[in-house]
Amino acid sequence: MVKYIGQRLIYIIIALFIIITATFFLMRLAPGNPFASERTVPPAIQESLNEKYGLDDPWYVQYGEYLVNTVQGDFGTSMKYRYRETNDMIAEGFPISMTLGLEAMFIAVGMGVLIGTIAALFHNKWPDYLMSLIAVIGISVPSFVMASILQYYLALKAGWFPIAGWEGFIYSILPAVALASTPMAFIAKLTRSSMLEETNSEYVKMAKAKGISKWVVVFKHALRNALLPVVTYLAPLTAGIITGSFVIEEIFAIPGMGKYFVTSITNRDYTVIMGTTVFYSIILLLAVLLVDILYSFIDPRIKLRGGKSGGK
Amino acid sequence: MNEPVLQMKDLHVDFSTYAGTVNAVRGVSFDVYKGETLAIVGESGSGKSVTNQAIMKLLPQPPAIYSSGEILFDGKNLLDLSEKQMEKVRGKDISMIFQDPMTSLNPTMKIGKQITEVMLKHQKISKNDAKKRALELMKMVGIPMPERRLNQYPHEFSGGMRQRVVIAIALAADPKLLIADEPTTALDVTIQAQILDVMKEIQKSSQTSIIFITHDLGVVANVADRVAVMYAGEIVEVGTVEDIFYNPQHPYTWGLLGSMPDLNEDRDQRLRTIEGSPPDLTDPPKGDAFAPRNPYAMKIDYEQNPPMFKVNDQHFAKTWRLHPDAPETEIPDIIKNRYLQYTGGDN
Repeated sequence: MVKYIGQRLIYIIIALFIIITATFFLMRLAPGNPFASERTVPPAIQESLNEKYGLDDPWYVQYGEYLVNTVQGDFGTSMKYRYRETNDMIAEGFPISMTLGLEAMFIAVGMGVLIGTIAALFHNKWPDYLMSLIAVIGISVPSFVMASILQYYLALKAGWFPIAGWEGFIYSILPAVALASTPMAFIAKLTRSSMLEETNSEYVKMAKAKGISKWVVVFKHALRNALLPVVTYLAPLTAGIITGSFVIEEIFAIPGMGKYFVTSITNRDYTVIMGTTVFYSIILLLAVLLVDILYSFIDPRIKLRGGKSGGK
Repeated sequence: MNEPVLQMKDLHVDFSTYAGTVNAVRGVSFDVYKGETLAIVGESGSGKSVTNQAIMKLLPQPPAIYSSGEILFDGKNLLDLSEKQMEKVRGKDISMIFQDPMTSLNPTMKIGKQITEVMLKHQKISKNDAKKRALELMKMVGIPMPERRLNQYPHEFSGGMRQRVVIAIALAADPKLLIADEPTTALDVTIQAQILDVMKEIQKSSQTSIIFITHDLGVVANVADRVAVMYAGEIVEVGTVEDIFYNPQHPYTWGLLGSMPDLNEDRDQRLRTIEGSPPDLTDPPKGDAFAPRNPYAMKIDYEQNPPMFKVNDQHFAKTWRLHPDAPETEIPDIIKNRYLQYTGGDN
């Protein structure tokens, strides 16, 4: 197990290196620079700015310096907002994005599993059709449309929730629901089909033959097995929640990281682009690792072993 | 003979499907006595499993419909019991051994928990005592190192060991009746023999009655006291093992026995089969369901379903052959020869 995790961490570092390199060069290939704007900047100022931020150095010097700084955990100063450190921007925005993301994941997994289980237990009866309808709506309606609908009906018309902003828990509900709707629907579909498979399996019949009641069979026997595909989906779900949050944060005017990520790209704010990209990559890679470890706890048939030597 | 543990009286089970109603079980009656093993044999689709899952009421309703009949157990008709009442019967009074041990255990639950679960459900017993009893059971069914095995998962067991676990689970609450639905079909022959030995030993020590469903006549000869032969949802012949093997009366039983491979036979002899296939039970035939495949069929076989004719006190067969007015038909040579082989000469 320890060996396995060690090995995975090495892979993560390799993956990060590739991500950093690819982002660095793609960014430089894109036309424009942080100081290009509608007003043309006099060449003298342009030059002095380039010199200040080291943009006049050859690319390999810039790249080398950048790698060294990143390893030290310093993403540099924003090129657009003066005196703003990228690290500070992340430290400010990330807790907000994380709260929103975790809330959305909680809703997606909790509601998704619940809806899927109910649909499976009432297979081909009205609750099943109702749940399937909810799932289809969830999958086919994009999160930004869902966000606008929620804002219009629940916030503007009904006045139950604030329309936008970030000043407390109540502000997080609508954005979290909007962010969760698609993955929730997907998890519901996933749970339904695997639950149906499990409830028709022999061991469920055997559990019934032991005299265990229907609901205990479902929760003690079938659910854990039915959740295995859902756990597999958690890693892509994390990615989905992260990318989805860019849009949702924009719609609900939430001062999270997503805003910095998007605006840094349009601004060609090199240091912030790199900082946020690397940070998100780390989160995602760790999430994937965490899911794999979680998987081994839920399914005893999966043993985590490092390398090829562990073929016992 | 002692009193019956279970009495099935004229059970009818139908399935409603898109193609129409399938009469899967058409009036099955039998008794199971204390401490005996009743084998139910028949080809696939003859209704053996449905009959026995009906005892546990494990058939999902719909599509299954228990249209008529009685299943008397302990003086109660199981078909009248509610789902809640059935939960108290399942696993406690009647338990079941399933066919495929590779799929009948929960893959993500420890073996120990799967065994103790039954006891904790049905008996007033502490977790610790249940664990002790589980260890005893595992020893009894021949699982080595039970202390260590208790905390393992099914995938760490071989097929034969898993079936022993399934048997241990079935026995955990001291059931009065054990239904074994082809418990050895999914196992290879040497393991089969071991499992059968385990079951025989258990029966000797606990006096549990066993219904043993199989299509392997070799297994029947090995374990059964009495045999019921099923065809197209009906019992066509029932009797002691000796009656069925040495003095079979129904042409279908002849066919079954005749199709058994025989080691003493010439190797060039092709395996015998029963020509044709079982009838479609969405529209069961008017007469004897076996008539179209029966080389000895008479006109009446196509017109009227025969009743059970008595051969002796325990031996009954459902064929017009046994009617006093029926012309004499000889038992086929192959069956007679086999009888001679087993009784006379070379033992």
